[in-house]
Amino acid sequence: MSDTSLHSNGQTGEAGFGDYYALLKPRVMSLVVFTAVVGLVVAPVSVHPVVALASILFIALGGGASGALNMWWDADIDRKMKRTLSRPIPSGKVTEGEALGLGVALSGIAVVMLALAANMMAGALLAFTIFFYVVIYTMWLKRWTPQNIVIGGAAGAFPPMIGWAVATGGISIESVLMFALTFAWTPPHFWALALFTKGDYANAGVPMLTVTHGRRATRAHILGYTFALAAVAIALGLTSIGGPVYMVVAVVLNAMFIKGAVNVWRRTDDDSDADKHKAERGLFKLSLAYLFLHYGALLVEATLKPYGLGGW
Amino acid sequence: MDIRAEHEIHQRRLSRNVGLGLVLVGFVALVYFLTIAKVNSPAPNTLPAAEQSQ
Repeated sequence: MSDTSLHSNGQTGEAGFGDYYALLKPRVMSLVVFTAVVGLVVAPVSVHPVVALASILFIALGGGASGALNMWWDADIDRKMKRTLSRPIPSGKVTEGEALGLGVALSGIAVVMLALAANMMAGALLAFTIFFYVVIYTMWLKRWTPQNIVIGGAAGAFPPMIGWAVATGGISIESVLMFALTFAWTPPHFWALALFTKGDYANAGVPMLTVTHGRRATRAHILGYTFALAAVAIALGLTSIGGPVYMVVAVVLNAMFIKGAVNVWRRTDDDSDADKHKAERGLFKLSLAYLFLHYGALLVEATLKPYGLGGW
Repeated sequence: MDIRAEHEIHQRRLSRNVGLGLVLVGFVALVYFLTIAKVNSPAPNTLPAAEQSQ
């Protein structure tokens, strides 16, 4: 078989470096890195810059490895959905075996190296995060329950806790509340998106709340999680890592988010179709800024502290 | 006649090899600097010698 014929059917077995990098879900990794950095920086214990850099790299690597394992397990449904058809496995650039091998190897390297670079608690938390995302979410609950987004959100919420553990070697109320912030944020964020996109999850056999319980129930779920999210966000501001800057940001953003969620809850699908899902799109956009600004405000508090300005 | 690697497949192979090479060099450098940082940092919960002697 010539090189040309190998190339023409897409199954070349010659993936480029970028194809393996794409297996690590770089966009998800950027959120992991950002929240892990915040968790590490706001902790009350300083960390050597090299240890901090290495730890963040290994946390990102662990997140990427779980992304590769997710793509390995979900290759069958990725082939059925338009959104995921161009991923490395469905497009034929990388084989399933390669993705499995890369995911397992990088998981092992990331966990062991983080435990050595930082401490055992950080390594154990990273190992649990990978296990939770790959086994509990991807293999078990994603195709079984319409609450899959809630479970998946938990996996994405661990990085700030790991960053905190890198610095302190433990878990505390601050790190648990940072986990809870991302955890409670994920469902309204994703379900707002689900309300205005026509995903083909149903064809792939993935139960989505909008399909299994209807859009009316999804709107109610968004509102419920938004109230829980607001409580967590304000509670985080009352801990040692909060302060006036964070509290102002949290109060304003949560008031806006609750207003947006109530608006989405009141609307019918006819209202939504009539203005091309304006309120749902608005809530989704706000959710993106919401998380970034909350963690950003925590960073500001930590940066101001040495000057006697941050914190309570 | 020279055999020249011109097909896209060769470019991808090259990108993979160069990429992996750079990752390995980066990993070695990271472990090196990590070791230096660890060796030069005091162990946790260890008082400096001057304080211990008091």
